[in-house]
Formats: sequence, C-alpha cells, structure tokens
Amino acid sequence: MKADPKGVLTGVHFMDGDHAACEGALAAGCRFVAGYPITPSTEVVERFAQRIPLIGGVFIQMEDEVASSIAIQGAVWAGKKAMTVTSGPGLSLMMEHVGLAALTEAPLVIVDVQRGGPSTGLPTLPGQADMMQVKWGSHGDYEIIALSPNSPQECFDLMIRAFNLSETYRVPVFFMMDEVVGHMTERVAIPEPSEIEIVERRWSSKKPGEYKAYATGADMVPDMVKAGDGHRIHITGLTHDERGYPALTPAAQKKLVERLVNKIRLRRHELVDVRKDGVDGAEVVVASFGITSRVAQAAVEEARRKGGKVAHLRLVIAWPFPDKLFQELSRRVKAFIVPELNMGQMALEVERAVAGRCAVVPIPHAGGTVHEPAAILEKIMESSR
Amino acid sequence: MNETLKAENPVLPYLRQDRLPHIWCPGCGIGSTVNCFARALTESKLDLDKVAIVSGIGCTGRVAGYMNLDSFHTTHGRAIPFATGLKLGNPNLKVVVYSGDGDLFAIGGNHFVHAARRNMDLTVICVNNSTYGMTGGQVAPTTPLGATQTTMPYGNFEPPFNLPFLAEACGAVFVARWTVFHVRQLIRTMKEGLAKRGFVFIEVLAPCPTLYSRRNKLGDGVDQVKYYKERSAVKDGADTREVGLSFQGDIAVGKFVDRDRPTWLDAMNRHYSSVLHDYHEVGHAED
Amino acid sequence: MAENAPAVKGKGTVFVRLEVCKGCSYCIDFCPTKCLAFSKEFNAKGYHYPVLAKPEGCVGCDLCGLYCPDFAIFGVRLKDLEKAPRK
Repeated sequence: MKADPKGVLTGVHFMDGDHAACEGALAAGCRFVAGYPITPSTEVVERFAQRIPLIGGVFIQMEDEVASSIAIQGAVWAGKKAMTVTSGPGLSLMMEHVGLAALTEAPLVIVDVQRGGPSTGLPTLPGQADMMQVKWGSHGDYEIIALSPNSPQECFDLMIRAFNLSETYRVPVFFMMDEVVGHMTERVAIPEPSEIEIVERRWSSKKPGEYKAYATGADMVPDMVKAGDGHRIHITGLTHDERGYPALTPAAQKKLVERLVNKIRLRRHELVDVRKDGVDGAEVVVASFGITSRVAQAAVEEARRKGGKVAHLRLVIAWPFPDKLFQELSRRVKAFIVPELNMGQMALEVERAVAGRCAVVPIPHAGGTVHEPAAILEKIMESSR
Repeated sequence: MNETLKAENPVLPYLRQDRLPHIWCPGCGIGSTVNCFARALTESKLDLDKVAIVSGIGCTGRVAGYMNLDSFHTTHGRAIPFATGLKLGNPNLKVVVYSGDGDLFAIGGNHFVHAARRNMDLTVICVNNSTYGMTGGQVAPTTPLGATQTTMPYGNFEPPFNLPFLAEACGAVFVARWTVFHVRQLIRTMKEGLAKRGFVFIEVLAPCPTLYSRRNKLGDGVDQVKYYKERSAVKDGADTREVGLSFQGDIAVGKFVDRDRPTWLDAMNRHYSSVLHDYHEVGHAED
Repeated sequence: MAENAPAVKGKGTVFVRLEVCKGCSYCIDFCPTKCLAFSKEFNAKGYHYPVLAKPEGCVGCDLCGLYCPDFAIFGVRLKDLEKAPRK
C-alpha cells in the first residue's frame, strides 16, 4: 500500500538527520512514539511531538527508557505502528524489552543515535560502539535487523524501510544512526505519498476462535491481530505455544527459539543491502557503515588516485551480517579493511565470515570524532603491497 | 446425590479453562481476587472484547494469563507502561493492570508514580501478599516491620509503603483497599473502579500461606483471612496517611479517595483542541 | 467439567468440582450458615474437599463461590436453578 498523505512532508528540505528520521517514521505510518530525552537523539522526538497532533497520533514522554520501550509495545498490540528513540545509556536500559519484542514478535523500530561510550561517555560526540549490543544485548537467543544510514536523506528513506522490515519479519528493527549523521544538515527530498511503498501489518483474516497467535506458514512469521477485536489473545514473555499460552518445556523452547532465529537466519539472503563500489578487480576491500563510510569513501578515492585497486562496501543493513558476500570476496582479495568508531566490533563479523582466507585489518577508533581519512588510506596502501 | 441438578460455575466463562488448574498454592488468596474480578466484570456490563488485562511478573502476574480477555503478561514491573501504550494506542479499550505488590511498587514503582500523576485511564488492581511469592519469600516494599522473610532472616527492619497514601499523593482519582475476606465489598469496588475514568487503584490484601504466613508462624491461608476478618475496620474516606499496615495489626479498609481530574488523553485532547487549529483528536474525550 | 451437586434439603445447594479443590477451607470457615464440612475422602490430588454436611442449612448465597480461590465450589438458590434450563 501507499503512504498515508497526512504523514508525508513532500518537498525538498534542508534538514538534519534526526528530523529526517522523524519524517521517515511519519511517512512510514508511525503514529505512536514513547521516548525519553537523551542527547544526541532528542530532536527526533521533539519533532514528532510537534508534528503528530496535526497528523493524528500520540507522543508521550515517559518516565524513562524502560517505560518507553514497553509503552510502544502496548501501542503495537493496540494496532499502531510505533517507535522509540534513544542513545547509548537509554539503549542499555531498553535491553529487556528488546527481548520481549523479539519473543512476542512485536514489530517496532528502535532508533539509536550512537554516541561515545561506555556509560555516560561522550553525550554530544559520535560513536558506533552499540553495534554488538543491538545484536546480542538482551539475554537469550533471538534475531533483529539493523540499518545504518549515512546521511539525512537516508535517515528518511531507510526509516521507511525499517518500519516495513519490522512488519514483514515481526522483529525489532534498530535504526543505527550516530551523533554526526543525526546532527548533520543536508538536502532531504521527500517524495509524493503515492511514491512511498508501505508494508501494512500482517493482519490475520481468521475469525476469533480460529486464530492462533503464533501459528506460522512457510515464511515462519505469524499473522497478527490486535487487542479489542474479539480474539482474546494471550501474549506472554514466557516461552509459549502456537496459541500464545505458556509452554515451559524443552520441546516448546526448541520450536519457538529455533523459529525466532530461523525466520531471519534462513531468510538472510532477502536482507542483504550492501552498496558496492569498484568490486571488480579489487585487491583490497574497505568495509564500513554509517558515518564512517563517508570518511572511508574519501580514503578509497585517494587510494585509487595513487593506483590502489580498492573496493568499498557499505553495509546499509548491518544485521543480519552479509556473510556470503564477504565469503565470496575473501577468495579473491588480499585484505578487508574495517574502519569503525569502536574498538573492533563489525571487524569480528568480517573475520568470522572470511575465516582466515584473507587478511582482516580493523581500524578501531574510540569515538568522539570520525577517523582521519589518512589513517584509512595508510592501511589501504599497506594492505595493497 | 441429586444427579438431575446441573449448573456451571458462573466464573468459568471468564477464565481460559484450557489453562486451569492454575499454579497458585493451596490457600493463596490470588484466586479469590480473580473470582471477584470475574464477577465484577459481569456486573460491569462492559463489552469484554474491549477489556484488556495487563500483568507484570510474579504470582499475581499470572492473572492475565488465566483471564479470557485480551491479556498481556509483560516484564517485571512494567505492566503499567505497557498498559499506557495499549490505552493510548486504542482509547476505546478498558485497560486493567493486575499485578502484585513487589512488581508494581518495587521494580515498577516509578511507573506507578508517573501513571498516577498523569491520571492515565487505567484500573490498577494490586494483590498485596506482603512478599515475593514466586521467588521464594523475599522481603517486599510492603512487608510489615518485624516480619521474617528469606532476605530479612532476622525480621524486616525496612518500613513498608502505605500504598493508598502513595497512590493518593501521586494523583490517583480512586483509591480503595479490601482484603480477601471482603469478597462482596471487593466485587462492588472493582465494579465501581471499572466504571471510573482515570487512574484507579485498588489494593487487595491476600494471604501467601506458603512463604509469608508459615514463615511467620501465622498458620495457613485461612488463618490469615481470619486475621483480616478480625482486625479490619471499614473507614471510607479515611485520611490515607492513617491507613498504613503493621505486622498483624489493624487494617483500614474501604474506599479512601474518589475524585475527578482530567485523564491524560482528555487533557491532551482538550489542550490541543484549544491551541492547535486542525487538531486531529485522538480517541474520545468524554467530559 | 461435571459439577457434583449434593443432596438438596434447604433453599439452596452447592456444586463442587472435587478434582480442582486444594482443601484451603475458605468456603468451610466462612460459610455463613456453617453447613459445609471437609469430606472424609481425598480427591485425586490428595486433598479433603468440601461437602454439604448440613444440606438443610444451605441458602445458596454463593459466598463459598466468591471465596473459592480455585473456582471449585459455588452455591445456587434453588429458585434460580429451577429457572435455568437444565443441561
């Protein structure tokens, strides 16, 4: 279906990433946001609070991030598309409810405008050190999807995709911005509503009595109903059977947890979005994401001017990690270079995927600013020799 | 035996019968409160398809799972913020939060405080058994001074919350307390609370024979209900500062607070309607 | 589930689902006419369950039904029971 025109601010704007992310959410049909102020993400909810009364929906500033991350789940079961927005410390507080959303398969979006950590760290300066936390942060086994925009335009475009993916797979989708992307102001073109494709919730057509909350077909994703429609659903954070009833047995655990991970792992080929530049004939590949990709691109171009055969892969979808692409390339390149604003997180994934077939050169950075392009260039040139 | 007489327990249609028998211990009072809640639902004449129940974690946290309603068994302490989102997502729902004292007032205390402040339109029923039952009888924010619990093995020296006082101070529009002994009064109050708009708080004292009564040499569940019978006094409209509980002491019961304030949604709708041209009202404002 | 209705001699009677009773004695202790007592027999779970020991005393007030934490017992007035269609 097409976007509801009420939420779409069609036109060309000069806007920062936080505001563009909010506009993306509104265009995607998000009509409920619960949030708690935290730098550098607050502008997203400030704009939502300003915009939503004239569109039709609710913003509530909750008492903390724990509350925000479950209030949105209440709204989801009431039938709304919903998101919350935070940064490092708030993200840490939300982790239990990431698990709840994963287990109960509540489609929702969590925006993380990353800053330097750990703890209060660098509230106003960038980081990319939450990548492993969003993948593994809640206890137990589950899967999520994470997108990594590198510009205000992508904050708009990919936010629509984030909502659509959350509805398609019924998983929490993380929107992994960072302080620089959030606060940088650039041109943002917002199309006509008729040009924006929206994935509607997987509403079940079954009648009350016939509907089972967690019965699935081949795609491993259950159809959904909402509270108030007569289905008398039971939704629990306990391990449950197809009816949604608690089922505290190894067999029920196996069936449920295997499905929760397999609905992403076995369909990960549907979830590859890597922007490739100059892969053919490359000897060295720079793999990056988010704001670091913009610095890396400068280094890649400089290396090419110096004669280097360098490719640039930018992970737009960071989770699930595109193993297969890295496996394939690892058979014909000398090295992967992985600059990131953390002490080596996605580099571990690259190492796992290439499994020793070529070199992996992390370029860790503790955060607070972006890499110097020269630092990336140096590693490219070293690895090209 | 008269084999010709047959009837069905009137409570059963309100329960998920395929999940019974329930997990609660012999003599636990939670089932009695559920019994009363089912009867209050009957008397409320609410469309049960539009009633949702939200619980946290713990023994009382299991209530949602037994009610034949749209029911949500959430995380520990977070029933109220979940319920907040559910209510704001669909204001036509009557949303009931049904949880225990530890869940609502220890780990969930901040959410209770703020939902009451906002006058969120929720009916909050707290079964107060003075302990953490599910985890084995640890001290709760409601455990009376002097009571022994596994994490207060020499007797509790922490003062407990006076829950009605807390609820009133934070802004609840309806505050009542009964015990499991007062079943008819509890049904009446639950019915009244379900009809009330705004943040409604009903405390129900209930025995935990396994982990509170026996550990404190107070006998079985029924002995605790007898204590409720003997030491309770109806004090409608009582000053909530005066209704705190002590170990096996006097118990003030009744309806302490019944007042009106705009709910969060009513306040939002009213305010935005007055300050914003073209405001898209959310749900209903019924005042 | 079958309900077990004992003899009728008074204005009311009680139905008991023996198998779900946990023997807490709420119904027995708080029966206003003191007409319930524990059975001599055990149910399948090993609990004594309530029986209408003095059927002439039961007025069908259903206070037992309100108290029962296990939804095992409830009372009815005979005049209400006769109005209801028999299943």
